[in-house]
Amino acid sequence: MSGKISSQTGLLEMWDNLRAVPRRIVDSAFRSGKPNTDRTRSTFIFGNLFLHLHSVRVHRWSLRWTTTFGLGIVCGAAFLITLVTGILLMFYYKPYPDVAYESIKDIHFIVPTGRFIRNIHRWAANIMVVAVILHMARTFYTAAYRKPREFNWLIGMGLLVITLALSFTGYLLPWDQLAYWAITIGANIAQSPREVTDALGITERFDPGEWMRLMLLGSDVVGPVALIRFYLMHVMILPLALTALMGVHFWRIRKDGGLTRPVNADQKLSPPGGDTYPVFSEAPARTYQIAAIVKGRTSQVGNGPENTVPSMPHLFYAELGLLMLTAFLCLAFSVVWDAPLKEIANPAVPENPAKAPWYYLGLQEMVSFSAFMGGFGIPAIVLIGLGLIPFVEREESGTGEWFGGPGGWPLARNSALFGLSAAIVVEAVAIRFGWIREWFPDAPQLLITFVNPGTVLTLVYASYSVWLIRRFQSTRAGAVGLFTCFLCGFVVLTIIGAYFRGPNWVFYWSPAEWPGH
Amino acid sequence: MTTVSKPARSRLDPEPIPRRDMLGLAALWAAGSALVLAVLGMARLPKAAVVSSPSKRFTVMLPDSLQPGQAFLPSDRSVAVFRDQEGTWAVSTICTHLGCIVRSTPAGFECPCHGSSFAPDGTVVRGPAPRALSWLKVSAAGEKLVIDEGTVVPPGTKVQV
Repeated sequence: MSGKISSQTGLLEMWDNLRAVPRRIVDSAFRSGKPNTDRTRSTFIFGNLFLHLHSVRVHRWSLRWTTTFGLGIVCGAAFLITLVTGILLMFYYKPYPDVAYESIKDIHFIVPTGRFIRNIHRWAANIMVVAVILHMARTFYTAAYRKPREFNWLIGMGLLVITLALSFTGYLLPWDQLAYWAITIGANIAQSPREVTDALGITERFDPGEWMRLMLLGSDVVGPVALIRFYLMHVMILPLALTALMGVHFWRIRKDGGLTRPVNADQKLSPPGGDTYPVFSEAPARTYQIAAIVKGRTSQVGNGPENTVPSMPHLFYAELGLLMLTAFLCLAFSVVWDAPLKEIANPAVPENPAKAPWYYLGLQEMVSFSAFMGGFGIPAIVLIGLGLIPFVEREESGTGEWFGGPGGWPLARNSALFGLSAAIVVEAVAIRFGWIREWFPDAPQLLITFVNPGTVLTLVYASYSVWLIRRFQSTRAGAVGLFTCFLCGFVVLTIIGAYFRGPNWVFYWSPAEWPGH
Repeated sequence: MTTVSKPARSRLDPEPIPRRDMLGLAALWAAGSALVLAVLGMARLPKAAVVSSPSKRFTVMLPDSLQPGQAFLPSDRSVAVFRDQEGTWAVSTICTHLGCIVRSTPAGFECPCHGSSFAPDGTVVRGPAPRALSWLKVSAAGEKLVIDEGTVVPPGTKVQV
């Protein structure tokens, strides 16, 4: 055929080539052809810039639903959705006080699909926060932070902090009452080290609180400068940082040898399906392509590819399914619940009660006893503690198993019961009988700062953890106790802040009892 | 073609760092410190040298009907002004806890955000507030009062107008 054409005129050949253009563009982009053999499925992945963060084959243990519940992918999917909807919102949003509020109103009432897109943005952000917290809990309870994955646990903490910061900065942008007062409170929490420097009488010379507040707001009021700063962080700095860290996070999963699995994962799995077969008869002694230059052993060494399946399609279809599920949840919630928009910001009259987004209500509850310890000290202690987990807990038993390690599930359950009851008891005392200032009106401020329900709870939890370490002779048991307790404390304080605090941050059994105002 | 025979080295005469290594290391350190200095320099930009904020001084006219113990609240300002036989004074209504605006009540002040409450003179009665409410500078300008939200005076400073 080609011989026949080439014997014809050049014009005919050009026509033929033109007709072949679409096919040849596709061929030149995806050189390996359809991914229908093991070889082309591999090249499909490592020939693609975006896909090659994945390894070519994935262990069947990683694909079990109960290994991860897909939480990490849900985080990434939710971020992708906020990214797309966020860019769409930027078409109309104007970051200047009062004008910002009007532009959100325009988005809500006039812009085609504007309200829907804003709702999706809001819901995806909420889902992302929930998924990040659950994902961290999954990683902890399956002891997946252990060697060689310690560094990825730290990266994950960075992602948690950036996710919360993204939510916080996004909260100001609508410039409504909710936004204005939440950010006023947030900025004053940044200033709260003054509580200590004032008590020590050194604020004149050393005032880190004011410095942080000034860097955050760029002014001494929440005004145009602050709004631009929050906007810049929300749409540029934080998403870029998050994307970069996400890249490292995913890449490290691969470099650390895939997802954690128990040593006896292969025995626990059912026999492989018909499409799984041994690829090599021996485990490699070195990693393949860079064997000539790399010294030492990588995580692949000694692990044959047995019991793995090609990532294309098995892993990618699972990931696509989770993306669709996340998108479905966002859409469904957005149809039913609108993102809130209150009255325009009024610097003279605070909302009463002025509540932060739900995931900060636990903090707000602690802050209602001491701004510094609640908003600064205890979060810092929690972050440092989380970061230390993989470096202090160096045991090996139970890796990759839910509630693995000494104590197992009963320990986690008992810790949860202990954590919940301790938080409820301490809060009940503070709500029923008041706290130090109600008993001794002249108590010094330092006492009130450092002895309050938040710090008492932290101490109780820490002692419980030490007791567990002694009882089980295991740092893992102590870590499980501590992590579970803090998770439970977070839940209790968040629920109290969300449902049981009314005007003047007074305790009410239900909002129906709130005094009319 | 001559071969230079190297002199024997001793502990007192060690092998020198090769010149190229030395230059390379110096260049590396210079580049590193330049980058660090550049980052420090850039960090100066977001820290505003001049803070733009609305004027903190304003004038008010107290109504004749203002009774002792009753607060006069100028609109758009976070200040409560009081008057009794001893004079006139102004108390900031910005909560010292986290910056919410406190409400004036017959018993003093109450913060809506985290439940701090203050006596009429601004001292903390209950709640998480770490400091008393600030007393602000009041001065007379003819019939009117000038209040400066930026200048704090000792509690109990009352001005005869």
